[in-house]
This record gives sequence, structure tokens and C-alpha cells, in this order.
Amino acid sequence: MSRAGPLVEVEGVSKRFGSLTALDGVSAAFHAGEVSCVLGDNGAGKSTLIKILAGVHAPDEGTYRLDGEPVRFDSPRDALARGIATVYQDLAIVPLMSVWRNFFLGNEPTTGTGPFQRLDVTSAKRTAREEMAKMGIAVRDLDQPMGTMSGGERQSLAIARAVYYGARVLILDEPTAALGVKQAGNVLRHIVMAKRRGLAVILITHNPNHAYPVGDHFIILRRGRTDGDYRKEELPLGELMRSMAGGEDLEVLVEELEREAKETSDELLEETAQEIQEEIEGLRRIAPGEPG
Amino acid sequence: MTGEGLRMTVGAQERVVRPGPFKRLFTRPEFGSLVGAVVVFAFFTWRAEKFLTVRAAANVLDPSSTLGIMAVAVALLMISGEFDLSAGAMVGATGTMFAMLTVHAGWNIWLAMAVTLAFAILIGLFNGFVVIRTRLPSFIVTLGTLFMVFGANVGITRAVTNRIIVSGVDDVAGFDLPAKVFASSPYGQFRISILWWIGITAAATWVLLRTRFGNWIFASGGDPGAARSVGVPVDRTKAMLFVYVSMSAWLVGMMNTFRLGSAAVSTGRGQEFEYIIAAVIGGTLLTGGYGSAIGAAVGALIFGMVRQGIVLSRWDADWFFLFLGAMLLSAALLNQYVRKVAREARR
Repeated sequence: MSRAGPLVEVEGVSKRFGSLTALDGVSAAFHAGEVSCVLGDNGAGKSTLIKILAGVHAPDEGTYRLDGEPVRFDSPRDALARGIATVYQDLAIVPLMSVWRNFFLGNEPTTGTGPFQRLDVTSAKRTAREEMAKMGIAVRDLDQPMGTMSGGERQSLAIARAVYYGARVLILDEPTAALGVKQAGNVLRHIVMAKRRGLAVILITHNPNHAYPVGDHFIILRRGRTDGDYRKEELPLGELMRSMAGGEDLEVLVEELEREAKETSDELLEETAQEIQEEIEGLRRIAPGEPG
Repeated sequence: MTGEGLRMTVGAQERVVRPGPFKRLFTRPEFGSLVGAVVVFAFFTWRAEKFLTVRAAANVLDPSSTLGIMAVAVALLMISGEFDLSAGAMVGATGTMFAMLTVHAGWNIWLAMAVTLAFAILIGLFNGFVVIRTRLPSFIVTLGTLFMVFGANVGITRAVTNRIIVSGVDDVAGFDLPAKVFASSPYGQFRISILWWIGITAAATWVLLRTRFGNWIFASGGDPGAARSVGVPVDRTKAMLFVYVSMSAWLVGMMNTFRLGSAAVSTGRGQEFEYIIAAVIGGTLLTGGYGSAIGAAVGALIFGMVRQGIVLSRWDADWFFLFLGAMLLSAALLNQYVRKVAREARR
């Protein structure tokens, strides 16, 4: 497969906090239209890496390139202005405010001029509905407070919002942690949607069950160093299977996705479910039985 | 609720459940106060025979209007997550300051009004600046401002006039025109402050629900961290609302002074809690992020009805405070219940 150069690239980046070396000469490249998964245990350097990518920390050593050009971000807002959006676990959502108000918070569309400048509520609601629909999220009531929505739905809104504001790189920090299987499946679906819309998605997770079905590219960190950098087809499956513990979670996920797909006759959902099913079968063929 | 959420087809808007008009009303923050207003109105109509007269209505609306102007401002500030306990003291201070500048210093009446307004804006900025810079709770900061403003007010007024009341404002040149604007009775017994109250409530509602600034008010109180991370100027929003509260105190200070032709240092003292109570009766959350201007205005109306109703029922005025406390508590409980039901009903 011939591809354009990476959208985002880090080369030999290191970050030290006092005497602790959090990241030690890590290199990685992230391409548009791909989901790159950063895997690793706690303390492996995952969050330091994404904080560098998101502009929270500047690396002590190494270079950060965007579109092939070296860049240095002083704040997350700098990174955001260049199209690098990060969806953190604690999101940026105000629970008591409605869905559409949250969607446009800080970037509210207005109409009229001078003292009569006001929110363009009709267009804001329409845009919010359309943008969320593009990501495969159906909202029943846009006036519903965000607090009444599930964790998965909140994640989904945050992703849809980042995509709408022109993000080219979407960094997701443990988006499926603390979610049930079904909700996690839904969030994974939005990740696939974002990828299909041409974003470079960087997914940080410690759950390979969630990374494997959606990922195209896997970076495994261990103690601040790169322990592996694989395309999906090169992934050492025995290793992954060991951590996947039989993939029972995955089957439940597929079942849920298929059931939802049937009920809603949502083609994309069905496709995703089938893709995951194929992946599981592929895994079974290569590594039958219970490994490890 | 996830199952149901997912069952919706993308783009199938005909299946989108739109809550009915009743549920829409039920889930509004001011719903509880509207119910309360109807109950209080019905109760005193039944208890006090003269409650349903034009005179009683004027007597209800008069105190409700000035309280309402303050309650609406305090509600907006509370929605943004802050308190202003100095608001009551500011009503008294702006009044005496204006009266002393005109009566004792002989200033032009308009100049005195402008300078007093500038003073109010300055105090608002001071409150906002200290709260934002120190991150101290605004409850404490403005409690300090309350006593500073009140203390300075009593001290200066006594030093200048030897009394705690400044009279003779009605003899100052040019009194009539501003008196018309702030304290006339253009419709029979009904005061012009009622028009101000309605106008301000309408404007505040529009700002809250239909402008970017309104969105920022809710966000600043709802989750300041989240609001900042999406670019909402939280500090500026709060500072502007502190100034708005002080400016409202100036407006009510002018209304009182022009109505009486004099200003007493004790005016507005202790009323800061009435403003907060009216806002809470109106559905504003003490913790911020939720509330309504209409609710605060209705909360003030309930105050006025109870006060007048007690008089017309020939009860001792002392009972007012019992009513007040009971109303606050039931409003808080009702609001909590309504929010809970609203949340579950929409799942």
C-alpha cells in the first residue's frame, strides 16, 4: 500500500520529570485515515507520549513533526489550532447543559449584529444533529442535559465535536475505560467513522480487546521505550492473544453490535461487526485454543 | 438507557421523541416557583378578603419589583457559580453616597448619579478581581465587602451629616426628571419600578438563553474546567456578572432614594439573603450551572405576595420569617425533586 507521508511524527522524543525518565527516545509516525493504537501498562509512558502530542508537554529531546515540518507547541490550544484535538477521559462537557449547547460551547454560532447578536439556535441544533448523525450518533432530544447521557454517549459527542471543528488528528485517552461492553463498542464505531473521514486517530488504551478490532497500527511502549511498532498484519498474534484471554469480551461486543445493527438496519454498524467477527476468526485460525 | 439510545436510527428524525409541552414546562428551572406562586396566591386570596384588589396588587408588586431586579442579577451570578453578599449593602451605600454628593457637596444631580454608578462598577470589579485572583470562595470575599461597604457607609455618612440618614434630596435642582425615570407611578398606584423589573427580567432571560454570553454563564458555573478547555472566558464572564449585580444595586439605590427623597444607611441591609432566597425559590442551584431569570423574578413576586398577604390577613408581621424559611426549604426540595424526575423521565 502506497501512502502519503505521516501526518504527525515524533522522532527520538524523551521527557524527564526530575530524576524520572518518563519517555526515552521514542519514535512513532501517525498517518491520516488510520487508527494507531498506543498500548502499554501503567507507567509505560503512554500518557506522557500523548501529552507531548497534544501540546501539554514539550519534549526535552527529539523532534515533533506535523506535515513533515518540525513544530513546537506551547499549549494544548496551539495544538488544537493546528488541528490536533485531544479527547480526555474527563472530557470537556458541562453535565447540566443541553446536548446542542455542549456541542457548540465556546464556538457558538450567532446571527444578527451589535446588541442584537444572538445564538443561531435553529442552525446550531441542525448542525449538531447532522454532525452527530455523520458520526453515527442519533440524539433523541438535543435539549436533553448531557448529564442524563451515558459515558459512551458523552465520549461520542466529544469525538463528533472534535471532528466538526476540523481536527485532523484525534487523540483519544482511554476512551473505553469505565464503559460497558456495549457502550465501548459504540465508541469504537465512532473511532472507525473518524478514521474513514480521513483523520489520523491515536487511540491510547490498555485494553487490546478494544485496540485490535479498530487499529491499523500498534505501538507498544514499555518503561518509556518503544517495545514494538507493528502494522496490523505484522502483529505477533501469539503475544496479543495471550493478553486477550480468549477474546470473550470481543464476542459479546460483536453480538451487541450485530443486534444493534439488525434493530436499526444500520449498515455501517453491521460492517463493523462483521469486520470484528472476521478478525476474531482470523485470530482463532492462527492461534487456536487457549494460549499462554 | 444506552439500549434505547442506540435503537434510534441515524437520521430517522420521525422517530425522535419530542417531549410534550407539559414536560418541557416541567423540566424548566422556574417550574417550581410558578407552582409556588399559584399556591401562595390561592392561599391568600382565600385567607385575606382584600388580597384580590388593585390596591393589594400594587402593594405586592412594589416591593417585589426592587427585590426582583436584585434577585435576577444575583441569580445570573449564582448560575455562573458565584455569590455576592455585598449586594444589599451596596443598595444602601449607593443611595447615601448619591444623597451626600448632591445635598452636602452640591454636585449636579446627573454627575452625582454617574459617579455613584462608577463607584458601584468599581466595587463589582473589586469583588470579581479578588475572587478570580485569589480563588477564595466568593461567599467569603463578598462577606468582607459587605462589612467594608456598610462600615464605610455608616462612618462617612455620620461624619458628614452627623446622622445615619441623608434627607433633602427632593430639594436638589433637577430632581424631577430622574425621579420620573426611577420612582414615578405612571399607572395609578403601580410604580415604574415594576416596568424596570419586567424589562430587566425579559432582557436577562434573553441574554441567558439566546446569547453566547448566556451560554458562558451556564458553562462557567456548570463546570469551569470544561468551559475553559473549550475556550470560554470564565473569569471575564464572572467579573462582568459581579459588575452587573453592583450596577443593579445602584439602580435600586436610586429608586429608593428618589422615591423617599432621602437615603438611609440601613437600606438594603440584610436583604442580600432575600435576593439569594428569591433566586433559589426560582430554581437557581446554589452550586451554580443551573437556574433562570424568570424564576428569580417569580421568587421575588412570591416574597411580595407573602408580605402583603400576612398584613391583609391581620397576622403579626413576625410570621413573615417563618413563611420565608418554609418557602425556601420547600422550594429547594421541590426543585431537587423536579430535577430528579426530569432527568429520569428523559432517559
